[in-house]
This record gives sequence, C-alpha cells and structure tokens, in this order.
Amino acid sequence: MEQLLTNIFFYILASAALIATLMSVTRRNPVHAVIYLVMGFFALALIFYLLGAPLIAAWEVIVYAGAIMVLFLFIIMILQLAPQDLPAAAGYGRWLPALLLGGTIAACSVLLIMTDPLASSRLPSFYAAPRAFGQALFTHYALAVEAASLQLLFAAVGAWYIGRPGSRKGAK
Amino acid sequence: MTVPFGHVLILAALLFAIGLGSVLARRTLIMILIGVEIMVSAAVLVLVAASAFWQQLDSQLFVLFLLTTTAAEVAIALALVVTLRRRTGTTDADAFSELRG
Repeated sequence: MEQLLTNIFFYILASAALIATLMSVTRRNPVHAVIYLVMGFFALALIFYLLGAPLIAAWEVIVYAGAIMVLFLFIIMILQLAPQDLPAAAGYGRWLPALLLGGTIAACSVLLIMTDPLASSRLPSFYAAPRAFGQALFTHYALAVEAASLQLLFAAVGAWYIGRPGSRKGAK
Repeated sequence: MTVPFGHVLILAALLFAIGLGSVLARRTLIMILIGVEIMVSAAVLVLVAASAFWQQLDSQLFVLFLLTTTAAEVAIALALVVTLRRRTGTTDADAFSELRG
C-alpha cells in the first residue's frame, strides 16, 4: 500500500517537474521563467527524497532553488531586464530546429531505455543515511573535496576579475 | 519506491531534451543559462537513480561535485552576462558576433 502511494507520488511529481520546466523555457519574461524553474526544482527535490537521497534533496532546494536561482533573479534585477528590452520571441525558424533536435534526442533515448532489459527492473528501496554519506565523503573522497573547494575559490576570483569595475573602460 | 528504473531515466531524458531545446531556441543569455541548469539537473536525476538502483553511495557523492561545478559555472557565466550587457547594452546572444575586445 505504501509502495503504491510512493509510486503514485513519483508520477505526480514527475509530471509537475516536466510541466514546470516546459513552462519555464517558454516564458518570455525571465523572472517568470526562474520562478517556474524553482517550482520544477522543488518537484525534482521531492523525487530525490523518494529515491532515497534526502541529503541531495536538501541540496537541490538549498543550492539550486535557493542560491543559483536567486543569483539569476539578482542578475535579472541588476540588469533591469524588462520583457520589452528582450529580443523578440523566438519564432518558428528558431523553435523548429530546436524541437527537431531535442525531440530526436529525447525519442532516441526513450527508445533505447525502453528496449533495455535493465530498465524494466524495479528500483529497490534505498536510503542513503547522511552519516554514511559524510563518512564516505571525507575519507574516500577527501582529495576531491579539496579540489572542489579550490574550484569554488577560482570561480570566485574569476567572477571578480570578469566583473571588476576597471573593465568598463572598454565600453563603447 | 518501486517504479521501474526506466521511468526515472525517461523523465531525465525528457528534462534534458527540454533544456537542450531552451539552449538552442532562446536568444536571451539568461534563458540559455537556464537551459544549461535544466540539463545539469537531469544528469543529477540519473546519478541519484543509479545510486538507488545499484545500492551504492558513490554516485550520490558525485552529485556534490556536480553541484560545486554548476555553482562555479553559473557564477562566472553570470559575471560574463553582466560584463557583456555593460559593453553592448544587450543580452541578445545574436548580438555578440564581432569577436573583438
């Protein structure tokens, strides 16, 4: 009974994530697009929780929806991107090749997944305890954690360098 | 949860295709970056599903490094968007065709 309930939850959340993402990429106003994408990420975070990854679900909300999407909103507001300042809505000439390519890739991967015998086997129930997660992270992957922290430092320095006030001299 | 593994993979494939369509079709730099975000989160979904399927923690750990990479990428890309907007007054991807400093 409980299994059936979580399965139904999965399909509801999957359709919510798909619809929110579709709405997001077709919005003209970038603020609306970002808000729809936050809804999509919330649905995705709940799917992660159902898949037995509570820590990843929390990060999806904190990092993606909380930090990255808010950064997008900040930039949209700093640049004052009103819908009328944006380029005209993409017409058929732009959507058609994108739909064709995206549709081809989606159709091919769905066909491949459907024909794979592994894909029809059901997911076993799994729960990644945060304690085991942290232990693996700071023993087996300790070097990778250091590398990730260096990567963030370089990204911060790079972002500062690109956006420094002096670079304005080259403005037309 | 006992849904078939394939259904989770199909959801990820559809999300990836939507993100790809956004990158290809939209002209605003912000929307192109949003498309990249959607594609990365589809990859995260595959990693989490694989972690549950094979009962291994490692692919969930990989998500952490994917997250830091995405955060770094977004920080630099948005700084570039701000600089480009300052220089050219637009965020239209079609306008950046001059290739000079």
